[in-house]
Amino acid sequence: MTTKTTTAIDTHLDRLESESIHVLREVAAEYERPTLLYSIGKDSSVILHLARKAFYPGKVPFKLLHVDSTWEFREMTEFRDRYVRDELGLDLHVEISEEGVAQGINPFDHGPMYTEIMRTKPLKKALTEFKFDAAIGGGRRDEERSRAKERIFSFRDKQHRWDPRNQRPELWNIYNTWRHAGECMRVFPLSNWTELDVWSYIQREQVPIVPLYFAKERPVVERDGDLIVVDDERMRLEPDEKPVLRKVRFRTLGCYPVTGAVKSSADSLDAIVHEMATTRFSERQGRAIDRDEAAAMEKKKREGYF
Amino acid sequence: MATTIANTVSDSERTDSGSQAEKDILRFITCGSVDDGKSTLIGRLLLDAGAIYDDQIQSLQIDSERHGTTGTAIDTALLLDGLEDERQQGITIDVAYRYFSTDRRKFIIADTPGHEQFTRNMATGASTADLAIILIDATKGVLTQTKRHAFIVSLLGIKHVVIAVNKMDLVDFDQKIFEDICQEFREFARRLEISDVRFVPLSALNGDNVVEASSDTLWYADGSLLHILESIYVGADKNLTDFRFPVQWVNRPDANFRGFSGTVASGTVRPGDEVIVLPSKSRSRVQRIVTMTGDREAASAEASVTLTLEDDIDVTRGDMLVRLGNLPRVARDAEVMLVWMSEQPLSPGRQYWVKTCCGRTTGEIDPVRYRVDVNTLSRQPATSLQLNEVGRCHLKLHDPVCFDSYKRNRQTGSFIVVDRISHETVAAGMFLDQQLDESAEGLEGHNEVGGLKLQPVESSITAEARQARFLLQPLTVLITGLSGAGKSTLAAALERRLFESGHVGMVLDGENLRLGLSRDLGFSSEESSENLRRAAEVANLINSAGQFCIAAFVAPQQSMRDKFVEILGRENTIHVHLATPIEVCRQRDQTGRYAAADRGDIPMFPGVSAEYESPQECDINAVCTTPSDTDSTVARIMFEIAKNFG
Repeated sequence: MTTKTTTAIDTHLDRLESESIHVLREVAAEYERPTLLYSIGKDSSVILHLARKAFYPGKVPFKLLHVDSTWEFREMTEFRDRYVRDELGLDLHVEISEEGVAQGINPFDHGPMYTEIMRTKPLKKALTEFKFDAAIGGGRRDEERSRAKERIFSFRDKQHRWDPRNQRPELWNIYNTWRHAGECMRVFPLSNWTELDVWSYIQREQVPIVPLYFAKERPVVERDGDLIVVDDERMRLEPDEKPVLRKVRFRTLGCYPVTGAVKSSADSLDAIVHEMATTRFSERQGRAIDRDEAAAMEKKKREGYF
Repeated sequence: MATTIANTVSDSERTDSGSQAEKDILRFITCGSVDDGKSTLIGRLLLDAGAIYDDQIQSLQIDSERHGTTGTAIDTALLLDGLEDERQQGITIDVAYRYFSTDRRKFIIADTPGHEQFTRNMATGASTADLAIILIDATKGVLTQTKRHAFIVSLLGIKHVVIAVNKMDLVDFDQKIFEDICQEFREFARRLEISDVRFVPLSALNGDNVVEASSDTLWYADGSLLHILESIYVGADKNLTDFRFPVQWVNRPDANFRGFSGTVASGTVRPGDEVIVLPSKSRSRVQRIVTMTGDREAASAEASVTLTLEDDIDVTRGDMLVRLGNLPRVARDAEVMLVWMSEQPLSPGRQYWVKTCCGRTTGEIDPVRYRVDVNTLSRQPATSLQLNEVGRCHLKLHDPVCFDSYKRNRQTGSFIVVDRISHETVAAGMFLDQQLDESAEGLEGHNEVGGLKLQPVESSITAEARQARFLLQPLTVLITGLSGAGKSTLAAALERRLFESGHVGMVLDGENLRLGLSRDLGFSSEESSENLRRAAEVANLINSAGQFCIAAFVAPQQSMRDKFVEILGRENTIHVHLATPIEVCRQRDQTGRYAAADRGDIPMFPGVSAEYESPQECDINAVCTTPSDTDSTVARIMFEIAKNFG
């Protein structure tokens, strides 16, 4: 075992890490049935790493919940099963909307309804079924405007709705964790992290992440300005579309047919951190879900989307 | 417009990522309203520091056309107002957090609205901030709103304030206007607890002194706002002295390991340190500081760690590990300041949940001692607190709680109050450091402070030796009477007479004391009594040094005067009461206090809105309204002194 010589909390990453660990421990201490919403993305990877640190040498005291839309990138589900389930041996529940699968709901034909049926509904169903009283998520306030006012401990009513006009004030690091039976708290330990902080931390701690974040030649079609990677044979191509190999990577991950890649040659963590520090575009520009209309995200959140 | 902005962002600012891991964090709050140009200022700061991405600027342009108030130009306020209905109403209703960083620092901005009804939001934002930017419109100067902001910032313990005097372009960058505003604010801030105040003349609209120094203010040399934010030193604000470790989680994966996880609230801990567990008072030593990346040699404030102890003692969530000889208070009763945050007013005596850094308990608030008018800082009698009101109260807890005064320790001195039915956070609380209602447990209780028995230390210089030096047996002359009775004049004359006779000593004046030692006290009868108790203790110290003391106080109640004499000893005191009639006092009053008290501006003013109990007995009873009265009274006192202390 190595011994660190540093004593003080020096850097911004140390302080962010410490705050997040404090939040995770508070969840474990104050709730009976907490869950960690694991989306396989970089933010989930960082939270998982922080949770391992928070409870070391004990085990992560949260059940992990992944809502699988069935349109995930193959590399994501592979990473989930290999790393989280097998290597770390964590308690992971995968929730899939059987109803949506039976009806053949897909991102090509069903637009906004697709997110509702394949993500939001199964999430609510799992939260209710397992009687989870707190759900930890990877949301960050810098992601987009409606998140800027989100609390670290964000109260949801029995219908899992968020009321932005009626939030509890959050003072110091003393969190109001009270809830009535049937109500659920959403908890965002990464609230104060920016995208660059997340990448700098992944680099510093060598946190394992899905390989899709690294640049590689992938089969791509260009659609409405987005670079869509053709991940499997279910991808519906327009008559004039032909996948071409391009060196791309992802800044954010979601359902593959609606998640845009970015042109990049960053194939290492160092290169990614450099790219993030110099980019002129926000991380959400590749997400079709956010461009529906103004304040799209806020509407989705009020309905219960994470 | 987009190209203009793109051009103002120099690429080199963003490309230097070499020191990503070496930054520290500065958290600050911005206070001001849209009218002061607050949103414009933050927008300018974010844009010029390169924190806004190109696609966000594009979407901002679309929004500006839809909701904005600036025509075709970008409305930077829209960058900040996050929620849909706020954007339509054009006001900010909640605390929003923004992030940007430079090569030196990561910044977290708590952006709070400045309207009066949002004291609660400002308190929320201020609770985690190291620094506050208070905006003043140069065309308007220091407003009531400015004072309210400064008070809340001071109340929440922020040590650093930057006064951003905005819209300097509208006053032709006039140095005199800027200086006058600085001077006026400084005068006001003297009544507050803000140690570091800086002033920047700027124009948020044009970017003068925001990121780059302006060529229009060559008379100003302290750098741009961003320069100050980047360079201000806040490290000294951390309490690294008092080790406090609230146990958050007991980590017990198997029979072989038992660790106590938590965040170090203040101070530093090392393996081998002897610690005491509160409230049980069991003792042990720290064995290891465990983290996943290896054991640490020490852990300081803010570090989230896991400690193991050498002995197998009972420790649970809610306990606090501290070092022997440096203990917090452990009590069920406390004096507190509350910022009320609920539409439902405070209900004295009702049970609420209370959560401190250690965890949950229940308690009652009873009584409310006074309310602070956040606009004038005056204290007003109150029996309850309404939404956005600030007041001092007594808190009774059902379990003993470990805490420090908020002034000394923001982490262990704070708490929240939660409604037991709605679960709403109804108040933010701060522990005060004095205990007014000390239970009379006798001398032993008085000598026990923070669990430690105190022993007075004897001086090697005897009282006789001091008396030989100062030619007088030390004594205290207590002069009491209504405001305007002539106490200060008499005290000054007596001091001069004693000094001219070769004695050494000083006047202890009620008002002077309130400017320093008793700055934290108000004018309720409890606080006046506490003020006089402190005066008595100071007089006692002066007497211990062998010197005389003249204490001039209103002291309106018999119980206060009795306590004063009791602390000093009857045999060491001469009580002079000035029985000047109140009508005469009113005529003599040159400060306008009686008129103010009549109007109700000064509550609880003895003789007007509070009772003045004339003493039953005293050593000398006199009326001093003319110089000859004063001379004869001085002579009478000198006679008493010669008789008993010569």
